[in-house]
Amino acid sequence: MSSHGISPAELRAVNLPRRKAVNRLMEGLATVAALIAVTILGIVIWSVAKRGAGALDLNLVTRAPVPFAFGPVKQGLANAFAGSLVLVGLATLMALPIGILVAVYLTEFAPPSIRNVVSLALDVLNGVPAIVIGIFVFGLIVIAHGQSGYAGAFALACLMLPLVARSTMEVLLLVPSSLREASLALGVPRWRTTLSIVLPQTVGGIVTGTVLAVARIAGETAPLLFVSSLAGTKTSWDPGHALQSIPVAIFELSESPDPQDHARAWAAALVLLLFILFASLGGRWLATRSRRRLSTSR
Amino acid sequence: MTKENLDVSTTIEPNVRVETRRQPMPPRERLERIFNIEDLDASYGSKPALKGVTMEIYKNFVTAIIGPSGCGKSTYIRCLNRMNDLIPGFTQTGTIRYHGQDICSGDVDPVAVRRHIGMVFQRPNPFPKSIYDNVAWGLKVLGLRDGMDERVESALTQAALWDEVKDRLKASALSLSGGQQQRLCIARAIAVEPDVVLMDEPASALDPIATQAIEQLMNELKSEYTFVIVTHNMQQAARVADMTAFFSISRGDEGQRWGELIEYDATQKIFTAPSDNRTEDYVTGRFG
Repeated sequence: MSSHGISPAELRAVNLPRRKAVNRLMEGLATVAALIAVTILGIVIWSVAKRGAGALDLNLVTRAPVPFAFGPVKQGLANAFAGSLVLVGLATLMALPIGILVAVYLTEFAPPSIRNVVSLALDVLNGVPAIVIGIFVFGLIVIAHGQSGYAGAFALACLMLPLVARSTMEVLLLVPSSLREASLALGVPRWRTTLSIVLPQTVGGIVTGTVLAVARIAGETAPLLFVSSLAGTKTSWDPGHALQSIPVAIFELSESPDPQDHARAWAAALVLLLFILFASLGGRWLATRSRRRLSTSR
Repeated sequence: MTKENLDVSTTIEPNVRVETRRQPMPPRERLERIFNIEDLDASYGSKPALKGVTMEIYKNFVTAIIGPSGCGKSTYIRCLNRMNDLIPGFTQTGTIRYHGQDICSGDVDPVAVRRHIGMVFQRPNPFPKSIYDNVAWGLKVLGLRDGMDERVESALTQAALWDEVKDRLKASALSLSGGQQQRLCIARAIAVEPDVVLMDEPASALDPIATQAIEQLMNELKSEYTFVIVTHNMQQAARVADMTAFFSISRGDEGQRWGELIEYDATQKIFTAPSDNRTEDYVTGRFG
């Protein structure tokens, strides 16, 4: 009939109802899986919010805990908030410059063989369980010098370094090589090209990676248990001594027999959760923005 | 016809170009040489890209490199200012003498080489900075700070871009059209007062009008600079070049391919009376 010799029967689908049913089933399963992932997050947020919202007030941040309190005493976790700020701040100060330099070396200067090896090392370091980092820093610093905020910050920095380095590498690789060539062809040295042409393109991406890394380490409990947990209840900003931190405080309060302590632990958890949530969202927003800027500039 | 079209058609007179091309060429021995390339081999890893290139490039000439895709034209031009150093696995042997000095030897600083031998690339690659800063940045970094505004204006004028951008120098270079961006890249390259400007298919991403503008400015600027231009477009080579080199692909016994210089002569000779059959096949369109 047709000039190509194809009969209508050949075009008819074989077993169409069954194929449609299988398709619908698989699509449904995949959708349910996606829903489960979202639901888990929703349940976590909802349950923390429900239990923590009651104890969430300004006292939580401004007042230190009162040990052996009897009766209704206004108290908070100011020591943990201050400690977390110092620990995370110091960790960022340690990890950020090293992470950026590692990334610059790997993308701009290292031969491919070294780049692959070091990238793999960073990925492995990223995969090392936090508790192992804690034991490592315990053996390295705490056994000789005792617990301190510095030791805690160092442990957190170890966790942060691969995150910062990897995310910085990603944005450096997005900078088109034509820009580097444009600068080099003018007779501009490589270090100057990297500093003035390449790095300014990646500031947004580096900030994003850092924000996400901060969000991640702010919630780390395990490494701090060994290296910065035997802190008093006084609010202290001195990293020379062990500092309390939010995750460790939550852990300790959860073991307390006092229901008031439980409520404060939930409230602190809620604050931590909100911080991580907003930091991640903010980081993502920055990332899309900087990526868009890079793609329009080719 | 739009205003822009009118502008271009009044500023470009094809006859001028033909005249400059038809000037009688002095004998080659009397020409001043900028580059002496001898027996240049280049390869990426174990893959050969170029073999046995020997040629001279003359001062204040436009030298065109033509040939089919994969014949090593770009590799060759990037050897001349050591841009290939940046490619992992790239190796080369042979000598490239620039004003008599071998620029490939170990004690030569590639940054200093590129300082004198600028380059314009296939795709316009302005910095994501303002139009002014695109030209001024290189000057600043290289320490040519005196009379910055005049230097920028003169470079933009030489690149035939000044009139179009003089009222918006602070605007982003990325807001320019492709042809304007490429002329900005040329302005950026000549602002730092190079000796040679290498052009790697500078017009292949541009429309015919922008192409004409760039060809014309090469013609006007060759009294001050020496140009080496890689082009896919044979008409372009015929229009702008004094000397033309034809590269082609050779094949080895085990299927390797590499580029070779087939013929190098005055442009007119290459296009009207080439001495090699392969050149003739290429320029008459029978191959490539």
